[in-house]
Amino acid sequence: MKQSSDRSLGVTRRRLLEAGTVAGALSFVGDPRLAQADTSSDAEASSNLVTVGLQINGRAHTLALDSRTTLLDALREHLGLTGTKKGCDQGQCGACTVIVNGRRINSCLTLAVMHAGDEVSTIEGLANDDGLHPMQAAFVRRDALQCGYCTPGQICSAVAVLTEHKAGWPSYATADVASEPMLTDAEIRERMSGNICRCSAYPNIVAAIRDVVEGDRT
Amino acid sequence: MKPFHYERSSDISSACAVAARPASKFIAGGTNLIDLMKLEIETPANLVDINALPLGGIEETSEHGLRIGALVTNSALAADMKVRLKYPLLSQAILAGASGQLRNKATTGGNLLQRTRCPYFYDTTKPCNKRQPGSGCAALEGLNRMNAVLGVKDNCIAVHPSDMAVAMTALDARIETIAADGATRTIPIDGLYRAPGDTPNIETVLQPGELIKSVVLPPPPPGRQIYRKVRDRASYAFALVSVAAIVAHDKNHVQDARVAFGGISYKPWRSAEAESTLAGASLTRLSYDAAGTAALKNARGYGHNDFKIPLARRTLRAALAEVTGTI
Repeated sequence: MKQSSDRSLGVTRRRLLEAGTVAGALSFVGDPRLAQADTSSDAEASSNLVTVGLQINGRAHTLALDSRTTLLDALREHLGLTGTKKGCDQGQCGACTVIVNGRRINSCLTLAVMHAGDEVSTIEGLANDDGLHPMQAAFVRRDALQCGYCTPGQICSAVAVLTEHKAGWPSYATADVASEPMLTDAEIRERMSGNICRCSAYPNIVAAIRDVVEGDRT
Repeated sequence: MKPFHYERSSDISSACAVAARPASKFIAGGTNLIDLMKLEIETPANLVDINALPLGGIEETSEHGLRIGALVTNSALAADMKVRLKYPLLSQAILAGASGQLRNKATTGGNLLQRTRCPYFYDTTKPCNKRQPGSGCAALEGLNRMNAVLGVKDNCIAVHPSDMAVAMTALDARIETIAADGATRTIPIDGLYRAPGDTPNIETVLQPGELIKSVVLPPPPPGRQIYRKVRDRASYAFALVSVAAIVAHDKNHVQDARVAFGGISYKPWRSAEAESTLAGASLTRLSYDAAGTAALKNARGYGHNDFKIPLARRTLRAALAEVTGTI
């Protein structure tokens, strides 16, 4: 079986992908034009290089970037943090959701250079030595995914929804915006509407988030 | 994306000076501008990041209104308790727009200045007078379901996509700006947007380098407030039609009404016709329909968007019935 032969080699899909990233990075060193596939000319690009310091999952990084680099591309292409996904690349799907200074944003619609000094949390930063983040564990327990491509964005978004709710923020599902709403299923659905799931795993996503909300309450 | 020179400004005057240069743009949240830059519909040579400028905060004014800093995010504005208590339709309108992620980035000033989502403005293979003046308007004969039915002519039928601005228009908001030479001025929100005319590419009266500093809301007018939005899906979609209404009434009659529509024109559409029809009118479906008929009197559909005319009338009726409790 395919699965067992992979195990016998001690190679996981993730390791293979990471190896690909490193090989890609090395080839970029050899031919800088490849690293700037979206660049119309090297001369133009080199005149717009910027140095950016970012705090990502508690670690400081300093990157030399073309000023056009989105935060998403900085994470994926320059730091190898491929947990954050590129779905639509235009702010419509939420796969690229990360948490910046405590607030969720679409990393595809912001430039890395605009986040100098900011604290960025990605899906890779949620688990710690004690294990998965409660939201990650709830998604696993509730089987809140099928293909899994949107899942890192869903989880980052859901973690931030809880923060926003604790701060008393209303949503469009809140009948009286001056009230402090409970996180009902209708509230969860409305607050998560910026994260699209092509496999339509929504019922289990809502269940996973509800579990964490109820866990927090008890 | 075209290359650009990036600059982060720490004081207002130098930000305005840089932005007054040709092909320069301010960037705040960037949720609309970066999207358009990727498609090379916006191609600034200089990008002036204003996020470090002191333009945050929501404070009460001496007239007991609110002054909202241009950099206040849509999320923060919708969640502010002063807004939720005194201007609930503004919170409702903001929360009706975009997604949680986008509202965390989008700012008050940027929301006002966001560009249309007309599909032909985005499709660089098609003519668009807003994107490329003189090239024509593909929406006239195209898929114009989302386009305007009021206040536009045949050279551009794009709509302004904001929900927030519709509520602010009903609230008589004022826009405070500062120019590159330091001059300040106050613009009523209804005067911010230019009719498309022969230059649909020029959307506001702001001059190059002129920066929105804040939005001032006068004290809320008497009456109950509502924002009602109709769209293709329950969340995270632009309006087909929306209505912001503020109505003061006694047991049987409207005393004072304010009505603004979204999704039907190049700007949030304040309807003096609906308001004068409603003043003194009885709290009946007949009155609400008369207001809708007056508001849409000069409306014109372009085929796929013909439905917006009756939809706007019905949305107004539903909003008025709900806000007056006379369903």
